[in-house]
Amino acid sequence: MTRLHRADTLLVILGVLLVWQGVFAYAGSTAITAPLATFAYAWGLLAGNFIWPHVGATMLAFAMALAISAVLGVALGVVLGLRRFAGDVAEPLIAAFYTIPKVTLYPVMLLIFGLGLSAKVAFGVIHGTVPVLLFTLTAVKTLPSVYLRTARTMRMPPRDVARHIVLPALVPEIVSGLRVGFALTLLGVIIGEMFASQRGLGFLIINGINSNNVPMTTSVTLIVVVFAVAANGALLALDRQLHHGGRLRT
Amino acid sequence: MTRAHAVAATRIGLLLAGFLALEALCRAGIIGKLVMIPPTAMVAEMTALLASGEITGDIVRTFTTIAIAFAGAVALGFVAGAALHAAPRLRRAVDPLLAAYYAVPGFIFYPLLVALFGLNVLPLIAIGLLFAAPAMVIATLLGLDRVPPVLRKCARVHRLGRAETVLHVVLPAAMPALFNGIRLAFAYAFIGVIAGEFILSGGGLGYAIGYAYESFEATRMYGLLLFVLMMAVVLNGALYVWETRLLRRRTRA
Amino acid sequence: MPDAGQGAAHATLSGVVRRYPGNPPVHALGPLDLALRRGEFFSVVGPSGCGKSTLLDVLAGLSAPTEGSASFEGAPLRGQVPDGIGVVFQEDASFPWLTVADNVAFGLRRAGADAAEIARRVAYALDFMGLKDFAHAYPAQLSGGMRQRVCIARTLVLRPRLILLDEPFGALDQQTRLLMGDELLRLWRETDATVLLITHALDEAAMLSDRVGVMSARPGRFIDTVETGWPRERDSRIVSEAAFGAITARLWSCLRGESLKALGREAP
Repeated sequence: MTRLHRADTLLVILGVLLVWQGVFAYAGSTAITAPLATFAYAWGLLAGNFIWPHVGATMLAFAMALAISAVLGVALGVVLGLRRFAGDVAEPLIAAFYTIPKVTLYPVMLLIFGLGLSAKVAFGVIHGTVPVLLFTLTAVKTLPSVYLRTARTMRMPPRDVARHIVLPALVPEIVSGLRVGFALTLLGVIIGEMFASQRGLGFLIINGINSNNVPMTTSVTLIVVVFAVAANGALLALDRQLHHGGRLRT
Repeated sequence: MTRAHAVAATRIGLLLAGFLALEALCRAGIIGKLVMIPPTAMVAEMTALLASGEITGDIVRTFTTIAIAFAGAVALGFVAGAALHAAPRLRRAVDPLLAAYYAVPGFIFYPLLVALFGLNVLPLIAIGLLFAAPAMVIATLLGLDRVPPVLRKCARVHRLGRAETVLHVVLPAAMPALFNGIRLAFAYAFIGVIAGEFILSGGGLGYAIGYAYESFEATRMYGLLLFVLMMAVVLNGALYVWETRLLRRRTRA
Repeated sequence: MPDAGQGAAHATLSGVVRRYPGNPPVHALGPLDLALRRGEFFSVVGPSGCGKSTLLDVLAGLSAPTEGSASFEGAPLRGQVPDGIGVVFQEDASFPWLTVADNVAFGLRRAGADAAEIARRVAYALDFMGLKDFAHAYPAQLSGGMRQRVCIARTLVLRPRLILLDEPFGALDQQTRLLMGDELLRLWRETDATVLLITHALDEAAMLSDRVGVMSARPGRFIDTVETGWPRERDSRIVSEAAFGAITARLWSCLRGESLKALGREAP
């Protein structure tokens, strides 16, 4: 990215801040805090002790959910990709699951897992697994057969084929899947916390709403957004590195 | 029996087996009554709810909201996508934001939208729109990017004007990606509206599910849930079939 | 340097240079001159990356030269495709959303011809290119060779006076290419059009052309022009004639050093 592009992006971010300020001017302090005040409040939160247990709770649930989503998604994706019949049977079902409003399943999750960490994790997992699975499945299915035939001409044992051919060929697509899965897992966990948890950033947001603590809601929202965007940016850079050898294609 | 038939039959068999297994587990009490009711009871409850007409108002309200959000998202997303495509510098600047858009858990803005528009149907339309439109923007950009340069050259060789080129070459060439965007926009509008109703609203099917849950009416909740999920699967599936039909002749048999 | 010889030139390039902006700028083509005689079949061969396609773009009016000028039928070309020029590209340019017949009718419809006229001319073009039985098929159902025929028919139906072909058979197998070459010769004879063919296949150039222009490695210039002396009535069977071997050999002896240069090696 050249310096000029970076300047343009900064201008766009400035535009977003202006819109934010405009919304504040229109809706007033009962709905949203102004950008500067929010940054100040968020800085205060991060400098103090109050928020860190909540950050920790969210991160714990998120890390567990992401780990499960990644392992489950990649494993199921590889199996369904290699077993074509099972893959063809399952793919439309999985795609259908991707399009349903999973938030309505929250009561079911609560009834099954009860209040607390496991429900949050489960909610993250049902959101995050599918994209990882679908990306992996497609990658395995479209793995050029000439790779495998090349491996056979070199008489590689199956373990080496998996390690040196299949896995490196899949990595870029798995990273793409993880990027989408990352975002959806976070979404799942945060929504989970909004409903039935006494801890975590999602809880702070909903609690802020219920107690009319607008600076709290806006600031925590900002913190979540910044975290999500930063993580996404890092994964996107990795994604592009793997797909295009680091060249940016827009 | 062809392979496609075998796949479809296995899929139906699998769903049926799941249905029966769930039924058996619930009837045997292995899955407690408080956790889940037997699937047949869900179907019975759903039928009863639909027949009684007591949720007709919610259905109309929810699907009208989804339809407005969906139509708005497709129109706005397409226009914005085309505009961004025509302005490469703006696009490069916006690109990082667009790439990060779905990384942000959008529902956390829902309370703000309620504060902005009031507790009515407007914030629901807004959340559906905000959730669905970027998918259409991204699909439009992708579709326009992937118009083969040789087809644009063809348009010039045929000495087409700007409008003719767009109408007769660019749009048809971008159509597969646009359909894909339309399909995604619908799925996202559906999710956005139902979730919005569920989180914070005074009506609609999403609200009804949340309300039934909070008042411990598990049977009613599962009946409603089944209806909503079935509608999601049926409508998304219908769009998928429609898309495949329209594009079938363009892909190799 | 190819010149008009006797008779007025149908299309010309004079002192054409094409550079692409960049850092440093890429000097893709020229300076070169070319004068196509009305009704001749002219082929251009050259090492890969020498600017053959750029030459075609300039001659078609698809891109304006950085220096020099191009003209068609006496009128200068200014980055716009004039009436009377038809182009067939190397890539599959058939419209996948239209049937074969609708693809062929595309240009006539856009030009606003009346329905009966369109039907008559499309039927003729389909028949001529052997596509009659596929009129209602979609390109996706056809082989690569058939799709390229659709593109040729779509160009032919507009009765261009100058037909530019950019490696139209590049993606086809050798047998199909020889047969497509025959059809191209038949088309050329029947339409009285001037044809410029860009190709990387020396045998194709030797077999089809009245004259072959040989280009150097980038930036491409003409280093030789070979007159084949074939009669107007000819087909792929001339590959068995002794002159064919001699022409191909002459083309290769011109090109070998340039091709090595394009690969980054020195000719021994």
